[in-house]
Amino acid sequence: MSEENIKKRYHPKKLMAPCGFHCIKIKDLSVSFAGKNVIHDINMHIHCGTISAIIGRNGAGKSTLFRAVLGEVKHTGTVEFRNRENGPVRKMKISYVPQKLNIDRTTPMDVYDLMASYISRVPVFIKSMKTRKKIIEALSLFDAADLIDKSVGALSGGQLQRVLLSLAVMEDPDLMLLDEPVSGVDQNGLELFYHNMAQLRDHFDVAVMIISHDFNYVAKYADKVYLLDQGTIADSGTMDEVRCREAFKKAFSGEET
Amino acid sequence: MNIFEYNFMRLAFLAVIIITPLLGMLGTMVVHRKMAYFSDALGHSALTGIALGMFFGIQDPSISMLLYGLIFAILLSIISRSALSSSDTVISVFASASTAAGLAILSHGGNFSNYSALLIGDILSISKGQIGWLLVLLVIAVIYWMLMLNKLNAVSINETMARSAGIRVVLTEDIFSLIVAAVVMLSIRWIGILIISALMIIPAASSRNISENMREYNALSVMFALFSGIVGLISSYWTNVATGPMIVIVASAIYFITYLYGRRLKG
Repeated sequence: MSEENIKKRYHPKKLMAPCGFHCIKIKDLSVSFAGKNVIHDINMHIHCGTISAIIGRNGAGKSTLFRAVLGEVKHTGTVEFRNRENGPVRKMKISYVPQKLNIDRTTPMDVYDLMASYISRVPVFIKSMKTRKKIIEALSLFDAADLIDKSVGALSGGQLQRVLLSLAVMEDPDLMLLDEPVSGVDQNGLELFYHNMAQLRDHFDVAVMIISHDFNYVAKYADKVYLLDQGTIADSGTMDEVRCREAFKKAFSGEET
Repeated sequence: MNIFEYNFMRLAFLAVIIITPLLGMLGTMVVHRKMAYFSDALGHSALTGIALGMFFGIQDPSISMLLYGLIFAILLSIISRSALSSSDTVISVFASASTAAGLAILSHGGNFSNYSALLIGDILSISKGQIGWLLVLLVIAVIYWMLMLNKLNAVSINETMARSAGIRVVLTEDIFSLIVAAVVMLSIRWIGILIISALMIIPAASSRNISENMREYNALSVMFALFSGIVGLISSYWTNVATGPMIVIVASAIYFITYLYGRRLKG
């Protein structure tokens, strides 16, 4: 994503730096399966124009936290969204970008089909030039317009990520939830992924929450880090702060970091 | 001699050009969503539907099969959503139990041979009224395709993403299961229990061999199914072989051709 691409697509009025007042308040969020707490007492305060990284070991509850915010699992506690300070609670649009899709190399589906399935009412077995134009516009934000007729199963990990980001942006979300890609993306791809995140943060009124595994990128790009340990937030702050403290060492003890 | 001289051949032809494209169309998403097991299980449980129908004194076997199929489909989807083991296993246990119960009831008193025609089906015995039923199903399925194919596809690609895009996942999936169940149950008497699932899977699988996007996938699957149906019916007339198996033989031939061609195409 480059500045030039963004300006081409968006009217200058819409393209302002995020106001910082859109705010998402997560209060006492808990989820339990079969009487056992998976996550509990999670409190977070997230603003537009920021990237919040969620870190933690496998099984710490990172994915469950996302699913609870998305409303996919039963939870107690609240997730509230306001688009100005102390304003009324509003309905929030969330876009979710998964790590992978249920698509293999033989699935007959191109990028158009994938995106149109989510954003268009015209059934994918009918070609719609209008939908196609919209999709190309979104893809070109991430320099991916040439992928539109490519088979999804044949895309590289980095290409697929750019397609999924384009799709997520199309829905004009207030909050984006991302699972950092762990496989199929090389170092350059990961750098580009985080760079795109930063561009989104700086040019759209959107808050970004990302499950991260690479602490160096987190240190470079995330505004705030939440350390999840045994289902609750053990520490938060900048990566450099969190990294030096006891909770971090405890959470990752016995695991190479 | 013209094969359409006979009224039963004209009706059979009509039935084939309704059933086969319908199966070809639904098959694309059945294969896509790895539901082959599901349509198989449904087919086998048809006997149970008939058995229960007799038990409750329902005269028309189509109605008892249809009702049983719809209930079976909903039960399966509830179970596989909440199941602890994988849904393949659950479905197969469930289907086996149901088939066994059906066989037990129907074989009581040694009368099972009355029902063996169901195994391979008899399309030549279809009546006008029954073709009407199939036509209604075709219309329902096409409407679903126009309104909900995108949503179903989105759910298949990633459920969480679909949900965050405001798609009603459970509703979308369940309506699809119900349509598949209704089509399988109402086609079984004409196509045969042993064959119905093959006819739903093979054209879609053939199309998958060579298509690169959803437009090709849908169009080719419907065309392969229709072609197999027509060629199968006509050749079964000349060779005096049951129609269902003949259709599957033609469909399988197409599969092998597309498989070889697809390997050259896609590498």
